[in-house]
Amino acid sequence: MKIHEYQAKEIFARYGVKIPRGKVVRTPQEASRATEELGGQSVLKSQVHAGGRGNAGGVKVVRSPKEAEDAAQQMLGKNLITRQTDAKGVPVNELLVEGLADIAQETYLAITIDSSHRGPVILASAQGGMDIEEVAAANPDDIHTEPVDSTLGLMPFQSRRLAAKLGFSPELARPAAQAIHALYRLFVENDCSLVEINPLIATGDGEIVALDAKITVEDDSLFRHADLYELRDVSQEDKLEAQAADLDISYVSLEGDVGCLVNGAGLAMATLDAAKNAGASAANFLDVGGGATDEKVASAVEIILSDPKVKQVLVNIFGGILRCDIAARGVILAYKNKNSSLPLVVRMLGTNVDEGKAILRDSGLNVTFADTIAEAAQAISAAR
Amino acid sequence: MGILVDENTRIIVQGITGREGSFHARACKAYGTNLVGGVTPGKGGQLFDEEVPVFDTVAQAVEETGANLSLIFVPPPFAPDAIVESADAGVPLIVCITEGIPVLDMVKLDKYLQSTPVRLIGPNCPGLITPGAKCKVGIMPGSIHQAGRVGVVSRSGTLTYEAVGQLSDLGIGQSSCVGIGGDPITGTSFVDVLRMFNDDSGTDLVVFIGEIGGTKEQEAAAYIKAEFTKPICTLVVGAAAPAGKRMGHAGAIITGESARVEAKTAALQDAGATIIPTPADIGITAQAVLQQLK
Repeated sequence: MKIHEYQAKEIFARYGVKIPRGKVVRTPQEASRATEELGGQSVLKSQVHAGGRGNAGGVKVVRSPKEAEDAAQQMLGKNLITRQTDAKGVPVNELLVEGLADIAQETYLAITIDSSHRGPVILASAQGGMDIEEVAAANPDDIHTEPVDSTLGLMPFQSRRLAAKLGFSPELARPAAQAIHALYRLFVENDCSLVEINPLIATGDGEIVALDAKITVEDDSLFRHADLYELRDVSQEDKLEAQAADLDISYVSLEGDVGCLVNGAGLAMATLDAAKNAGASAANFLDVGGGATDEKVASAVEIILSDPKVKQVLVNIFGGILRCDIAARGVILAYKNKNSSLPLVVRMLGTNVDEGKAILRDSGLNVTFADTIAEAAQAISAAR
Repeated sequence: MGILVDENTRIIVQGITGREGSFHARACKAYGTNLVGGVTPGKGGQLFDEEVPVFDTVAQAVEETGANLSLIFVPPPFAPDAIVESADAGVPLIVCITEGIPVLDMVKLDKYLQSTPVRLIGPNCPGLITPGAKCKVGIMPGSIHQAGRVGVVSRSGTLTYEAVGQLSDLGIGQSSCVGIGGDPITGTSFVDVLRMFNDDSGTDLVVFIGEIGGTKEQEAAAYIKAEFTKPICTLVVGAAAPAGKRMGHAGAIITGESARVEAKTAALQDAGATIIPTPADIGITAQAVLQQLK
C-alpha cells in the first residue's frame, strides 16, 4: 500500500529525519496563505501515488502567494498523467506546499527487500535527483548496495559506509549516518516494502534533509498496522482494482479487451501470455483465489463486466480447491446481475468439471468451450 | 523414488481442525498419504475423522507418532510461530501452505532456519507430491498425477497443475512435483530442488516453471549451467504483464531488466535448457525431449 509524500514525511519527522517546512493544502486560498507563511516563495507538489511528477507538471515553484494561488488553481482537481500512471492519470486532491530548499548536494537513498540477499538492502547513490532507473541502466556501479543482517540490524559502520558512498563530506557523515539509521528503523518497524528518498540533500547550512519521501507498506503486514491502513487513499487507486482488493481478489487492470477470470496467480499470468501469443490482449489480470464461493466468483466476474473495454470473457479454471460447478454458478450469477450478453470462452478442468460445464451449457449464455489453454486462446482470437 | 518424501514419511498437519487444514488433511489421507496426527493448541486429545489423533503441541505429536514432516495450514499472523514450533520439535521437513506471511517475518525465520538442519518448503506454496510413493503433502488435486520419471518444480500453484495435467494427458508420469512458493523469500529455492532432482535416480527430466520478478530463474540458470546433468525444459510466464505491477505474487514485481521474461529465458537458454515456447506447450515439449532420450 502506497501513502502520500506528506504522510511519509510526517513519519520521517517522527523518527527524527529532517524534512522541509511545509503544509498540506486542499484549496488555492490555502496554497496562497501557506506560501505567505513560508516567506512568499514555495514549491507546490501534487500529492499522488505515482512517480515522475516533476516531468509531468505536477511540481511547481512559485515566487509569490498570488502565483501560488494561480498555480494551485491549475493543479487541484485535475488528473495528473505521468509515465507511471495510465492514460487517465490520477486525481490531485492535495498539494504539499514547502519552502524552497538551499540545495548543496543531492543524493539517492532507498531501502527495500531483496530476494537474492534474502533480506533488507539499502541502495545509495551520489547521483540524486535523477531518474534512478536511468542511473541503474547507464552506470550500475554508481549505485551501492548494502545488505543488512536482519538479526544484527544496520550496524554503525554500515551507516558510515553508506554516508561515504552518498558522497557526503566527513563533517556531514555523522548526521547522514544518523538519518540512515533512523530510516532503517522506520522501515522495519512499519513493515515497509520500500522507503525511497530522491533526493536526500545536504543544505548550504550542512543539514541532511529528505526533500522527497516515498513509503510503500507491505500489504501482507497491514493486519498489524491499523494506523498505517488509515492512510490509504482509494482515490489514487484504479476503481476496479480497489473494489477487487476489498473483496480479497487479486486484480490488475490492463489495456486489452479480453476479460480474464483465472484461479491462481501463475496460471493467470500464463493465460495472459497465451492470449497474447494468439494475437489477443487481456483487459485484466485476475486471480480469484483458491477457496472462492460462487458469490466471490460472481463478484469477480462483475468487476470484469464493469470494465467498458471488455468485449469478451475468458474463464480458465483449474479446479482443485475451487470446484468447477461453483465457478460456473458464479459466472452465470454475474452475467444475470449485469444483464450481459458478452461472448464467453470457458476452459475448465479438475474437480466437478462435468457438472460445471453442464450448468453453463444449460444457462443460455453464449459459451464456447475449450479443452486446453491453446484452444481457449484460439477461440478468443477467432471471436475477434 | 522421487525427492523429499517417500513411504516412510510420517505427516502431521498443524491447523488440522481449521477449515482449510481439515479439508486438505482429508484429501491427503484419501490420496494415500501417511497422516499420523494433527496439532491444534487447546484441542489435544480429540480424534480427527474418528481416527487421527490431535495434539496440543508439535513436540507431543512427534513424541507419540514419530512424525517427520509437518504440513502447516495456520493463518499468517500465527504461521511463523507454527514453523518455529515444528523446527524446535526436531521435525526435519516443514511444508507451509499459508499465503500472506509478512516478508520481514520470513526474513527472520529464514535466518533462524539456516542455523538448524530443518528444510522449509514455502510459504505460499501448493506443497509437494510423489505419486509413486502415494505421498501428497499439499493442496494439489491428486487425481491429475501419475507416477513416472519427470520432476516438476515451479513457483506457482495452479500453473503447476496445468503442467502436470499436460504431462499426464500424454501419459508422462511424474517422480515428484514441488511448488517452492510465490513469495520473495522462500525456505527452499529452485537450486535446492534442482540439486535433489539431479541426485535422484528416479528422475530423467525436469520441467521447470518460473515467472517474472526477482532473479531466482537466473540463479537456477547459473546452477544448471555449472552442475545440472539432466535434460530440463523451462517456461517463464508473465511476458504479457505490465512493468511495476504486482501480479498476485509479491515476488513477481518487475523491478528491472533482469526481472523480465526475456532476460530469464535467455539465461536458461544459455544454460542449455529446452525452452517451452508457450504455456500450452509444456507437455509436448517434455514429450519431444523424452523421445530424444530413448
